[in-house]
Amino acid sequence: MTKSYEEIPLTPIADMPSTMNITGLWRVIRPVVDKKKCKKCTICWKFCPDAAIVLVEGVPEIDFRFCKGCGICSHECPSKCIVMVKEGSD
Amino acid sequence: MRSLMTGNYASAYGAKLSRAEVIAAYPITPQTSIVEKLAEFVSTGELNAKFVPVESEHSAMAACIAAETAGARTYTATSSHGLTLMHEVLMWASGARLPIVMTNVSRAMAPPWSVWVDHMDSIAQRDTGWLQFFCQSNQEVLDTIIMAYKICESKGVMLPAMIIEDAFILSHTSEPVDIPDQEMVDSFLPAYAPEFKIEVGKPMGFGSLVKPDQYMEFRYKAMLGMKAAHDRILRVEQEFKQVFGREHGGLLELYRCENAEVVLLTAGSVAATAKDVVDSMRSKGVPVGLARVRAFRPFPHDEIRALGSRVAGLGVLDRSYTFGAAGAMFSEVKASLYNCPKRPVTKNYIAGLGGRDITPKTIERVFEDIQLVTKRGEESEVEWVDVAGLPRWWR
Repeated sequence: MTKSYEEIPLTPIADMPSTMNITGLWRVIRPVVDKKKCKKCTICWKFCPDAAIVLVEGVPEIDFRFCKGCGICSHECPSKCIVMVKEGSD
Repeated sequence: MRSLMTGNYASAYGAKLSRAEVIAAYPITPQTSIVEKLAEFVSTGELNAKFVPVESEHSAMAACIAAETAGARTYTATSSHGLTLMHEVLMWASGARLPIVMTNVSRAMAPPWSVWVDHMDSIAQRDTGWLQFFCQSNQEVLDTIIMAYKICESKGVMLPAMIIEDAFILSHTSEPVDIPDQEMVDSFLPAYAPEFKIEVGKPMGFGSLVKPDQYMEFRYKAMLGMKAAHDRILRVEQEFKQVFGREHGGLLELYRCENAEVVLLTAGSVAATAKDVVDSMRSKGVPVGLARVRAFRPFPHDEIRALGSRVAGLGVLDRSYTFGAAGAMFSEVKASLYNCPKRPVTKNYIAGLGGRDITPKTIERVFEDIQLVTKRGEESEVEWVDVAGLPRWWR
């Protein structure tokens, strides 16, 4: 919602962190993790450019509020346990 | 206290008296002695400031931006290629509404390599959102730095300022300069207290992304800041005069323009030479005057219109050239005058590039030429002055 120039601060400042900006809506493909095949190497977590992977006992959980479906985790996974599927499919 | 000092020392004293808290700078000819003097002030404890020696002018400005964002009053100085290297971060300083004050010792751009005065470096930064003050004397350099902090830090303005001093003619030439008392400066210039700064316990993001739905409103606000600077410059100078007993002419200084038929408009140290020429021509009964652009940003459009409507001829002497166009001041002056019902004949003179002397003789010939074209009604020519191979002007 565009604010009038009188309502915005003089200095371009943000009073909330960028985590308030939900960017996961950009996604057209999404990662699906086969947790049984996961070797807990954490490479996917290290490579995710948006910190959209949270490790739960070493196994990746995708934070879909921020995952943009870039596929880097899937590409880097040595045990091939992350596959990218089209959004809207199961 | 009166002292004999160079323009560069006048700059250093200006920053010291303004109690700059962070100074980040990289040395470049002919700015170096400003920074050397300030480093000396800091090392002897005369100035309580953090001195940050950096690896480039881009970093110098970046360091000032960071310190200013943290709420510190900052100062830097540069010249020529140093200034143009800063270009990107100059935009950042103004967009973030940080009232940084900087001296630029105006020096020609290379190639051909030159360390001497012209205004190309400063003029090339005219769109960065900085206030720009061209100075005529070392006293004006010192005074304008103190005034600039007060102008720029006011809530309605909040934009950075560039104090322009001509290479060598001011930077390395000693003149008597009055150094005001620190207590007087303190009473004139309060401590910097910005509305927004980096504060522990009050987290904020600075310079974050703004989408197309909100960007223009921020730029509009910056435009209002620059617009407000016009009146603020005049008011602060009047306050300065009350405290220190000096003034330097607002945005456009007029010298003997009353009843003048033709006026020469210029900026920087050459204005002092031109004033002598005006005096000698006036003593012979020739009605000429001089207008000196002191503030190039904000540009004194209203003042130029008022002047233009009462003179027959207005020559503009630019110490820089915008390739493919004309001298930048000339273009601005013409833009100011276009919508005036009564406007003078105008002509542009390009002179003094790369430190070439602009002598009283040259200025006299420029005045004679303005008189001639005014009589003939010729308009808007651009002529290069004192170039070998151009017989009309080559001495």
